[in-house]
Amino acid sequence: MALAQPAGRTYAAAVADLRRGWEQRTLWGHLGWQDIRQRYRRSVLGPVWITISMAVTAVALGILYSGLFDVPLERLLPHVLVGFIVWAFISGCITEGSEVFIANEGLIKHLPAPLSVHVYRLVWRQTLFFAHNLIVYLVMLLVFPQPLKWTVVYAVPAFFLLALNGAWVALAVGIITARFRDILPITQSVVQLAFFLTPIVWIYDELINSPNPAIAERARLAEFNPFLHFLEIIRRPLLGQDQQLRYWVVVLAITVVGWLFTMLVMRRYRSRVSYWV
Amino acid sequence: MSVNDDNTVTTSAPVSITTKDACVDFPIFDAKSRSLKKTVMGLVGGNIDSAAKVPVIEALRDITVSLEHGARVGLVGHNGAGKSTLLRLLSGIYEPTRGIAEVRGRVAPVFDLGVGMDPEISGLENIMIRGLFLGMSRKQMDQRVDDIADFTELGDFLRMPLRTYSTGMRVRLALGVVTSIDPEILLLDEGIGAVDAAFLEKSKQRLVQLVERSGLLVFASHSDEFLRELCDTAIWMEHGQIKMQGELNEVLRAYKGLPA
Repeated sequence: MALAQPAGRTYAAAVADLRRGWEQRTLWGHLGWQDIRQRYRRSVLGPVWITISMAVTAVALGILYSGLFDVPLERLLPHVLVGFIVWAFISGCITEGSEVFIANEGLIKHLPAPLSVHVYRLVWRQTLFFAHNLIVYLVMLLVFPQPLKWTVVYAVPAFFLLALNGAWVALAVGIITARFRDILPITQSVVQLAFFLTPIVWIYDELINSPNPAIAERARLAEFNPFLHFLEIIRRPLLGQDQQLRYWVVVLAITVVGWLFTMLVMRRYRSRVSYWV
Repeated sequence: MSVNDDNTVTTSAPVSITTKDACVDFPIFDAKSRSLKKTVMGLVGGNIDSAAKVPVIEALRDITVSLEHGARVGLVGHNGAGKSTLLRLLSGIYEPTRGIAEVRGRVAPVFDLGVGMDPEISGLENIMIRGLFLGMSRKQMDQRVDDIADFTELGDFLRMPLRTYSTGMRVRLALGVVTSIDPEILLLDEGIGAVDAAFLEKSKQRLVQLVERSGLLVFASHSDEFLRELCDTAIWMEHGQIKMQGELNEVLRAYKGLPA
């Protein structure tokens, strides 16, 4: 610890921020748990509420849309459920990421901690939520068994990629909103809109193979939605469906480009965040 | 070399803070620049430069300090002279907008006793969290928790959520944690009130011990008594600039406007 930390607008300082933040994992690990326990303090069931509310939403929407779209429940419900669990993670990282530094103003102004600490805490908290929600998935497997194959292990690297992307999005969007507060409501609306544009309650394959050529044609537009790719790399293995290479390629490309962009933002504006919040 | 109470031997690395012509400018995005046409220079606060599109408060200007291991520096100045901002510059929270600031060593900033405290969780849990924030490990805090509990005299209240505490009790808890750590660089901003006299005497001792353990101290205070007890040199801040730097009594005399 004797060496001076690189400072200023350099890549070394940006990388050092990420590294030093990672070294403080006892701190953010503890805080992430604390956040969860905190939210359900004094409630009898505690964090089990995360699991229950996810189950209720997914089952209710599964039943509703299976009726509306005339898709069998045993096909739609698992689809909606896994989609919801993954979406909760994605949207959590983005919406909370957009205020990650604003919300931690007090800590940022009083403690010389690396910025990345707050982001790691956020992603860790969302990971814990995700783990709670996986219980619903496991119960669903008992009710509606899925044709799981060994490919289910792909869900692990897929989730890792999701978390990796959650981190850069939170860092980049967090820094930008700290400076331009108008981005905050914009981000929230975009995420809300993205929920409907992403095949969570509707099934992409059904539309692509629709007998109506116009609908099939239009459905292809969904490929432009980056969230579709993130969702598919993890939902497909979890439901025993075949992998598609292009989803992984797109996600990897976004991961690389996203982190490059974030390092640029970090290099230039990391040291400004404590002035802006 | 020093031996800590947990029997780990730490080689005292060169602890230092060096700044050269460091400036801290705050952009104020929500102030209407039109209403601040002129550069305001009052007795209170830094300079406000409104020529730019976004008004900027020059909180610190041309700060050049060189503090080595063993330094015990007091910080004096009017409200808004830049003492707290200087402490944040020295801790690395604000990186200078211009100039250089280099901090070597683990910094324990104690600006606000309440920061990082969560009202909904118990006193014991808060002790752990506050300690982690100050750069301690979980193990180190486990070793200290009994000592802190004794010091605070809060007894069974430590198992109650912090929101049930009175202000004085919170201060006790915070002081207990803060004075239990082993900082390399200790930055103290005053703000110790609301404790009864007996407790204040007790915490003073601990504060003195804490300062002795730390490699480098910068202490902002309005209390001459406290400054004399903890510091030997001083920096006098005015309008975001260093007005005088030197031996404590000399600086205090000049600051009070007394003849040397």
